[in-house]
Amino acid sequence: MTGWWKRNPFYLWYMLREASCVVITLYALILLVGLARLTQGEVRYEDWLEHLARPWAIAFHAAAFVLVAYHSWTWFKIMPKTLPRLPIPDRAIVAGGVAAIGVCSALLWWVA
Amino acid sequence: MRTIAIDCLRYHPETDVAPRLQRYEVPFTDDMSVLQGLQYIKDHLDGSLTFRWSCRMAICGSCGAMLNGVPKLGCEHFLRDFYPGPLRIEPLNHFPIVRDLAIDQTDFLRKLESVKPYLIGEPPAKGTHQQTPRQMDEYYQYSQCINCLLCYAACPQYGLNDKFTGPAALALLHRYNADSRDKGKEERMAVVNQEDGVWGCTLVGYCSEVCPKGVDPARAVNQNKIESTKDYFFRFLKR
Amino acid sequence: MKRSNKPIFWSLFGAGGMLSALIGPMLIFITGIAVPLGWLPRETMSYERVLAFAQSGLGRLAILAVISLFLFHGLHRMYHSLHDFGIHVGPGRKALFHGVAFLGTLVAAGLLLSV
Repeated sequence: MTGWWKRNPFYLWYMLREASCVVITLYALILLVGLARLTQGEVRYEDWLEHLARPWAIAFHAAAFVLVAYHSWTWFKIMPKTLPRLPIPDRAIVAGGVAAIGVCSALLWWVA
Repeated sequence: MRTIAIDCLRYHPETDVAPRLQRYEVPFTDDMSVLQGLQYIKDHLDGSLTFRWSCRMAICGSCGAMLNGVPKLGCEHFLRDFYPGPLRIEPLNHFPIVRDLAIDQTDFLRKLESVKPYLIGEPPAKGTHQQTPRQMDEYYQYSQCINCLLCYAACPQYGLNDKFTGPAALALLHRYNADSRDKGKEERMAVVNQEDGVWGCTLVGYCSEVCPKGVDPARAVNQNKIESTKDYFFRFLKR
Repeated sequence: MKRSNKPIFWSLFGAGGMLSALIGPMLIFITGIAVPLGWLPRETMSYERVLAFAQSGLGRLAILAVISLFLFHGLHRMYHSLHDFGIHVGPGRKALFHGVAFLGTLVAAGLLLSV
């Protein structure tokens, strides 16, 4: 079974979807560090913000953005399979999910 | 007439140490299925080739094999689509090989038995069960399973852990739970709730992709994750 | 047949997955790209603004939910991905994954209460 996921594009996309979890975990830890810095006062917090502007941090977040966006898409794409039968077709559930992503994203941007 | 190269896995346990690929040059017409290609080999080139088949029309579930690494029914795929080849034909993944392309389905049959794939409960005192089209709709797609095992060959979780109940067995479990005539849901929950029940599935989804009958086992399994969760948290209310 | 305890972790995984699917990309974009690169004004994440948010009832809940649920989602899936790669982790180290998520939750809660 070693390398099973390399043998078929379907499996590769699955592994990519699963890989998003690593960046989600790392991002949560980055936020946790930021929260800790927040409690330690303005100087430490500004220091954390400054680290976020470093090239490697930007690169990480750019990659994370792509992976998590893929997670978002696949999350709603497969969500109909986890739900009980509904009177609306799968496509509608997926479209609804994507719309929800759009609405939440717009809200976040507006609040920021 | 064109000829296609077919690389077929051969393994006779009484003489072979390990499986090997054997090449055959098969002349074909555009209407010939992969199964017919195998039958040509057996009839004209090599009578020792062993493979299962029956209906030739994707309803018996016998002729499943890996065609260039993808689980498919030989009878509903055509040699013309693999031309010029070589077309690699191997037995279904994740099962022990009995001989050449014939695999040992014992594990699946055991799992199938474990989900109690029959209506549980007394029939009505008078007459027959009544069921509306809407009620039949709830389980119909899952009843289309022909036990061809393509989904087990597709499922990496079954490949990694053969204790996993697997797509078809769980889809058939759901088929009966969702049938309005059945009263056996409680009895089947034990299979659903175990680590190797629905929780062995990580929704790769390839099973539903390869299923030749549109059963969508991925859906059957994952709907029961919610059922299992409900059962887990609300079981104390049942007392 | 032994009943699995997966439902607990799957529910957390699901909640985290839903949250990260809905707001993950935009949140990462804002905090990790837009603000650091100046596409959004620096004040967006200024000390005063974020502190005020973290001190508000809603802000506390939001920050806790994001950190905790993202961790539960990510670590649950990471554990399963190890299995996908054929790496077998004993029950002790398996507990480590959810343990880290739980710890992260506690730390976040503690920090939020102290802020």
